[in-house]
Amino acid sequence: MSDQQTNPVISIKNLSVDFALRRGPFRAVSDVSFDLYPGKTLCLVGESGSGKTVTGRALMQIISKPGVIVEGSISLVKPDGATVDIAQLDPRGKEIREFRGGDIAMIFQEPMSSMSPVHTIGSQIIEAILQHSKMSKAEARTRTIELLASVDISEPELAIDRYPFEYSGGMLQRAMIAMALSAEPRILIADEPTTALDVTTQAEILDLVKRLQVEHGMAVLLITHDMGIVAEVADEVVVMRHGKIVEHRSVDDMFHDPQHAYTKQLLASTMKLEAGAANAAKAVDDKAKPILSVRNLSKFYGTEKNGVQAVDDVSFDLLPGKTLGIVGESGSGKTTLGRLILRIVEPTTGAVSYRDRDGQDVDVIGLNKKRLRDFHADVRLIFQDPYASLNPRMTVREIIGDPLLVNGRLRGEALKDKVTELLDLVGLEPEVMERYPHAFSGGQRQRIGIARALSLEPRVIIADEATSALDVSIRSQILDLLLDLQKRLNLSFVFISHDISVVRYFCDDVLVMHYGKLVESGTAEQICTDPQQAYTKSLISAVPNPDPRNKRMMHRTRFDVTAN
Amino acid sequence: MSEQIQNQEGEVSALVSTYGHDVETLGHWRLMWMKFLRQKLAVASGIVIILLYMVALFADFLAPFDPQKAVPKLTYAPPQSIHFFVEDENGESHFQLHVNAYKVTIDKAALRRVFTIDEDKIIPLKLFVEGADYKLFGFIPSNIHLIGPANPNDPFFLLGADRIGRDGFSRVLHGTRVSMSIGLIGVAVALFLGMLLGGLSGYYGGVTDMVIQRAIEVLSSIPTIPLWMGLAAAIPLTWSPLHVYFIITLIVSLLGWTSLAREVRGRFMALKTDAFVTSAILDGSSELRVIFRHMMPSLTSHIIATLTLAIPAMIIAETSLSFLGIGLKPPVVSWGVLLQDSQNVRAVAQAPWLLAWPGGAIVLAVLAFNFLGDGLRDAADPYSH
Amino acid sequence: MLRYIIRRILYMIPTMIGISFLTFMIIQLPPGDFLTTMLAYIADSTQGGITEALEQKMRVQYGLDKPLIVQYWKWISGIVFRGDFGPSFGWGVPVSQLIGDTMGLTLMVSLCSLIFVWGVSLPIGIYSAVNRYSATDHLFTLIGFLGLAIPNFLLALALMVFGYSVLGVRVGGLFSPEFMHVDWSWDKFVDLLGHIWIPVIVIGTSGTAALIRIMRANLADELEKPYVVTARAKGLPEWKILFKYPVRIAMNPFVSTIGWILPSLISGVTITAIVLNLPTSGPILIQALIAQDMYLAGSFIFLLSILTLFGMLISDILLALLDPRIRFN
Repeated sequence: MSDQQTNPVISIKNLSVDFALRRGPFRAVSDVSFDLYPGKTLCLVGESGSGKTVTGRALMQIISKPGVIVEGSISLVKPDGATVDIAQLDPRGKEIREFRGGDIAMIFQEPMSSMSPVHTIGSQIIEAILQHSKMSKAEARTRTIELLASVDISEPELAIDRYPFEYSGGMLQRAMIAMALSAEPRILIADEPTTALDVTTQAEILDLVKRLQVEHGMAVLLITHDMGIVAEVADEVVVMRHGKIVEHRSVDDMFHDPQHAYTKQLLASTMKLEAGAANAAKAVDDKAKPILSVRNLSKFYGTEKNGVQAVDDVSFDLLPGKTLGIVGESGSGKTTLGRLILRIVEPTTGAVSYRDRDGQDVDVIGLNKKRLRDFHADVRLIFQDPYASLNPRMTVREIIGDPLLVNGRLRGEALKDKVTELLDLVGLEPEVMERYPHAFSGGQRQRIGIARALSLEPRVIIADEATSALDVSIRSQILDLLLDLQKRLNLSFVFISHDISVVRYFCDDVLVMHYGKLVESGTAEQICTDPQQAYTKSLISAVPNPDPRNKRMMHRTRFDVTAN
Repeated sequence: MSEQIQNQEGEVSALVSTYGHDVETLGHWRLMWMKFLRQKLAVASGIVIILLYMVALFADFLAPFDPQKAVPKLTYAPPQSIHFFVEDENGESHFQLHVNAYKVTIDKAALRRVFTIDEDKIIPLKLFVEGADYKLFGFIPSNIHLIGPANPNDPFFLLGADRIGRDGFSRVLHGTRVSMSIGLIGVAVALFLGMLLGGLSGYYGGVTDMVIQRAIEVLSSIPTIPLWMGLAAAIPLTWSPLHVYFIITLIVSLLGWTSLAREVRGRFMALKTDAFVTSAILDGSSELRVIFRHMMPSLTSHIIATLTLAIPAMIIAETSLSFLGIGLKPPVVSWGVLLQDSQNVRAVAQAPWLLAWPGGAIVLAVLAFNFLGDGLRDAADPYSH
Repeated sequence: MLRYIIRRILYMIPTMIGISFLTFMIIQLPPGDFLTTMLAYIADSTQGGITEALEQKMRVQYGLDKPLIVQYWKWISGIVFRGDFGPSFGWGVPVSQLIGDTMGLTLMVSLCSLIFVWGVSLPIGIYSAVNRYSATDHLFTLIGFLGLAIPNFLLALALMVFGYSVLGVRVGGLFSPEFMHVDWSWDKFVDLLGHIWIPVIVIGTSGTAALIRIMRANLADELEKPYVVTARAKGLPEWKILFKYPVRIAMNPFVSTIGWILPSLISGVTITAIVLNLPTSGPILIQALIAQDMYLAGSFIFLLSILTLFGMLISDILLALLDPRIRFN
């Protein structure tokens, strides 16, 4: 696409969207304006609640129920040059349906729930084709097979009659893209299209979108929270916060010359993680004996005929004061591994040995119930979901104090003082003690979870995707808190994550897992900059790099599962 | 993921806006109570149910007569209505609670007595009048009735009289006692069985679970009324009414426990893998503490709702069986027993109050329990809206 | 799919065995055994007794001296292998001669009720879910609650009284007197249709109310699902979005309700039939129970349960046809 082509295909002017709530109208999108150009990608960036999704949906007038466009225009330029203001059309009318899925198409975050589970992939695509063309059913079927082939779905003749649940998330997202492309749209809205996917799949999907964009000359509106993706694919960036645009720049300017304080903060949180080596200054005696030692740990689920080897012969050592990262994509067995160590799930075979405070090695697998309780006091777990892991019926004081109470360590006033101390440690005011979990945001809840984990003065903390559910700015705060606590309390961490940049920032050593097996291990720096194994290479290179001048993902290493 | 957070953050603020700004320090039960109070229909139903149980407790006092007292010459006497003032000879009206007496005519064609209200003759009423002896709550002897004719032998039929001239009003009040308590006791039995078997099933899983689940399946695939009928018909005729009452309660609760056990099992299974339960285990809580401090409180509210919704089915079951003549039998008075008199369509056509009042009582009780149960079920999850 | 059906049928067998045990227990429940009952009948009809020696001889002859499990086997094997349900003392003929016609009519009334329940609750449920909190929705909700609160027999009674005293007609029965004991013909069928709607409404009301609520709740959930947004983003018209996707998916739990709606309908048929005096299993069952004609009563309970089981089987197969996730398992 040439740069001379400066006429937008759609221009949004002063768009405002209100949601009628019981307490009155809530302005989700306020005075938003931007244009989309053919062949160009505009990224709409923001954290949760920024109004980016609502903005995207407003372009097709498919905002969910209590939301209505109250102001502004959405001028779509037709191929013949005439313009239509979509904001003026009846959202249930015939006219607007021509544009939905016709000129403007959309793909969504959760491919699995965005497709009907009881209809074949083919029937859902054919329907889209028939809606916008005069093809016969047979022609539409042929066209669907072509479309599926064009999004690199293998054996499209068979795929067309499959149901969504027979496919992986990545494959389904391809099918969604095929569906979106069925009427050759000029504008593609992609709402967090890869958030639910693994990082290698994400790279493939973004590749595919880019390729199809070039082929069809589409304008793409990509909605995301991930600055890395923005740097990799955007031409222009719009940053939104609380329903308003805070900054609108070209991608290069955005990353190298941000103006607004919020953008700067957003970038800083992202870049900080990229910098890595937060632990460089840590002085650890490498000759120290491991505090936790895992040998040939395996877990097999199901029967011999029809089973899954969730964890396959994994061994590693955790040195005191160190942080060991375990990375892997979904299905890699990393979460199961964490649970095997704590015996929340009993391992099929293998050994876990823990070196206790007296320097004695404890065989964790052989512990009886009572001794296991002592082990659980020393080795604590921080959960992924800060919402589900706190009992909604207990106050913060009860939640944090419960481990001390049930272990018979403290009670009464002394317990209250300890809880105050713990709250202080994780950066919360003592006043919050009498509140219930529902009164807190995600980041605050994770702080409460950390305080609970610390209450028994543990020596090892296993953090299972502890920051995955949090927005990027909150995420770096929590990571810094954990690093600070590690120094002050001399903790050792097992940090389980799918997020390479977090691992790089936070961990000393890294294990890479794939289909239950340990693929590679090494220092965080080495794994991230000089991976040895093919799988690790593909994984690392698929991570979007938040620098538009150094796009990594687009020339990444690909890993073929069948070649392994 | 971020979308999910967004929703949940939204919920926090929605919670604040729904319940007011003090929400941070309000516990789960308070939130549920507040949510419940916002459902006017459920609250009103709750009050109706409390009133019904009060009636059951104080039936002896509230009823003007002994429910068995028959006045054979006043068969099918129509309902009277209470008047407050009488005019004396001077045309001055003064306060005097009364009903009008009956005039009897003979319908020669149908060969039966017909009662009409005699406007000229009054039967004075008294509050806290002395009447038939009874024992309040079964042990306090008394003969005071809330309202009744000044002369205990005068006819006073607010809701009409039945086939042998018994007072419909007194009988419906006394029927409340049996019909409403069967629901309550039945639910207690169902609760015990359901919690025990459902809990075992959900906690242990495996073979225990399978056996219990299959038993539930067998029980719930037998259509309830034929099953109840089969069981109830086996009750020996010689058994005492109290005996029959308990057996019928047991039979009726056969229905309740299966659904409750399913509910308990399902929730137990789901809770077992909940992160906050896992975290309680890792915190060092004992098995009992995990169950009673962490899992049970999450179950209680749902169980209460399920139980409330199970009571109306039991009331209907008792009434149905008694109506068919294989449940409770006279002289026991329950709404179902009262309806036995309505089996004769001709009698009902002549005396519609036989059907209307006990039937109305059943519908009122069942409706109230359904509304209340629905309200409780909604309130059981105060974080959704 | 075929494998699924076969597995599902095999799965049914233990439940059937469980039901047969329970039924046999009910048969055994009244004091005394069937010989006592039979002798009582004989004594009634012949005004004379039977000697104790003869009684003992008969006891051995009928196998009543054997353990219960042997008696159970004798009973169930008779049903399974010879269609022999045992004797009816009250009627003096084998039970199998008594059940054919009535079970057929029971099935017919149940089926009609099921069709009525679905036919009425589906459109109303969809309407209520789409127009939630509208005046009409509230009206349907109110009617639904009333429907749930009025027991079958009460509704039947009320209709009968209404018919008798207001319309001056006798409500009840399934046939006019002139068709009562004649063979099936077109006219008899038409006559049946003229009568069957009253029990169908009586039996179906509470089920309809329950299903409206289920459909409304399920569909309301489905309407919020992302795939609805996808369908809308394709440019489909609203009616097509509604019927092809959320309604279709909300149908699954709706169809699976047959599992409990059928037992409750058959319950309803039983009690309503007694009130309305229909020539179905209800009146015979209650007469048998009151007279403690236990083989007859037990057979009805057993057959009604088996009927329910087959209904559930059909609903599961339907569900598998509707939902590929079940089919593929």
